Amino acid sequence: MSDKEIDQPTGVETTGHEWDGIKELNNPLPRWWLIILWITVIWSVVYWVLMPSWPGLTGHFEGVRGHTERANVDAAIAALESQRSAEMQQLLSVSSINEVESDPQLLQFAMNAGASLFGDNCATCHGAGGQGFKGYPSLVDDAWLWGGALDDIQKTLHHGIRSTHPETRISAMLAYGETGAFDRGQIDDLVEYVMHISGRSANQEAVVRAAPLYAQQCVSCHGPEGMGDPSQGAPNITDAIWLYGGERADIRETIYSGRAGVMPHWTDRLTDEQITALAVYVHSLGGGE
Amino acid sequence: MFERHQILEKRSLLLTVAILVVVAIGGVVEIAPLFYLESTIEKVKGVRPYSPLELAGRNIYIREGCYVCHSQMVRPLRDEVERYGHYSLAAESMYDHPFQWGSKRSGPDLARVGGKYSDAWHQQHLIDPRSVVPESIMPPYAMLNERALNYSEVEAWLKANRAVGVPYTDEMIENAKKDLEAQVDPFSDIYDDFVARYPNAQIRDFDGDPRQISEMDAIIAYLQVLGTMVDFSTYEAEENYR
Repeated sequence: MSDKEIDQPTGVETTGHEWDGIKELNNPLPRWWLIILWITVIWSVVYWVLMPSWPGLTGHFEGVRGHTERANVDAAIAALESQRSAEMQQLLSVSSINEVESDPQLLQFAMNAGASLFGDNCATCHGAGGQGFKGYPSLVDDAWLWGGALDDIQKTLHHGIRSTHPETRISAMLAYGETGAFDRGQIDDLVEYVMHISGRSANQEAVVRAAPLYAQQCVSCHGPEGMGDPSQGAPNITDAIWLYGGERADIRETIYSGRAGVMPHWTDRLTDEQITALAVYVHSLGGGE
Repeated sequence: MFERHQILEKRSLLLTVAILVVVAIGGVVEIAPLFYLESTIEKVKGVRPYSPLELAGRNIYIREGCYVCHSQMVRPLRDEVERYGHYSLAAESMYDHPFQWGSKRSGPDLARVGGKYSDAWHQQHLIDPRSVVPESIMPPYAMLNERALNYSEVEAWLKANRAVGVPYTDEMIENAKKDLEAQVDPFSDIYDDFVARYPNAQIRDFDGDPRQISEMDAIIAYLQVLGTMVDFSTYEAEENYR
């Protein structure tokens, strides 16, 4: 266009626009900028060819590299599993904790795998250190509701407790108050009885009154001495470890409303080897049997 | 040749039309194929529309803005699959309107949270998150435990979802209220009908309080079904590589 005027001081052509006496120079774009623009345009075409790109009527162009995110992640998981496979295979055939403990390398592997699995899956309920919360058992003490041997822990992990798994561990502390099985006075007496056998001061008259009721209703699970029964998940009620609190009000609530804590089953979520590693880790936390 | 663009630059209306055309091409190429390509959603077994109670829980999830801090999308990355389980499939959110993939994880991903914790844990955690996870920064939602669930419009929720493509049948819509009540009552008269309509639905009193159907019942029912529908034993991963 020949009607362009040249700005005298710079010698650059103007755009021909004028705003309040101000004119705009028609400088070209910086060369480096233009080069990068053209490189990106060319690269996008290369990318279309290499990678999955254009859609069609029945599918999409899959790209020369055959890249898919899902294949990549499956390959990454497979690579990870092959790195672990030797130890994982060993864990699969482990039958006792001694077997793991006698092999320091296997023990270390199981502990590391177990610790990471524990953080992802168990810490949410049992606490980061396995210390537990009210209603969620501590895993660092010597009290085990369903047994603390390696295979007991494995079974609990596989099937859960009162879970949706058909082979779940199951038992129930019934709601003796809500169902009307015991009246208020009987529950008060039983609370004193539990206080007494757990070694605390209690109203001795109430203890005497409750003894026949305990013998009739509670013995089958908690045992004549109140020592509990790990085969049916019945806690020892003579020690100072209380899942739902050991004060009078807590014990009264337990007898009145019952307790039925749920632990999910992990068979679907974790592999057998992972469950064994977790069981080794949990066993090591405190009082594994 | 390099001055032709001045035709567009000097005519604002023409420039607007040209911009629209360019953007529309992008939209057509990127969005339209998702509606007609059969490979968009994997063919899997087990995914069903949400039951009325789960849908009510989902409404609460959206109302409370859970998606602001929790994603529902296990991405196909090794670390995520190791932590959360199988990467999410398109089929798993095909009945989600709107989807809850989220974009930010202040809290953990929830796409596979179903069955991972007990109902009582969810209840306690929603009432007071720090009572079970001391380091948690989640706000408490204790009111869900107290508030009765308002499901007077549950049929309309199902109808609205049907309007955008969720295959709710007339029978499901007609029975929505009864189905919602049946899911918290293991002894209901329509137990078998309900399970036939919503296979593998979990039926129990989720909040442990039989006196009322609370918002807690609904949100726990929803959380417990997340990521549990697909039958991965019949899923062919390699056929669905993309």
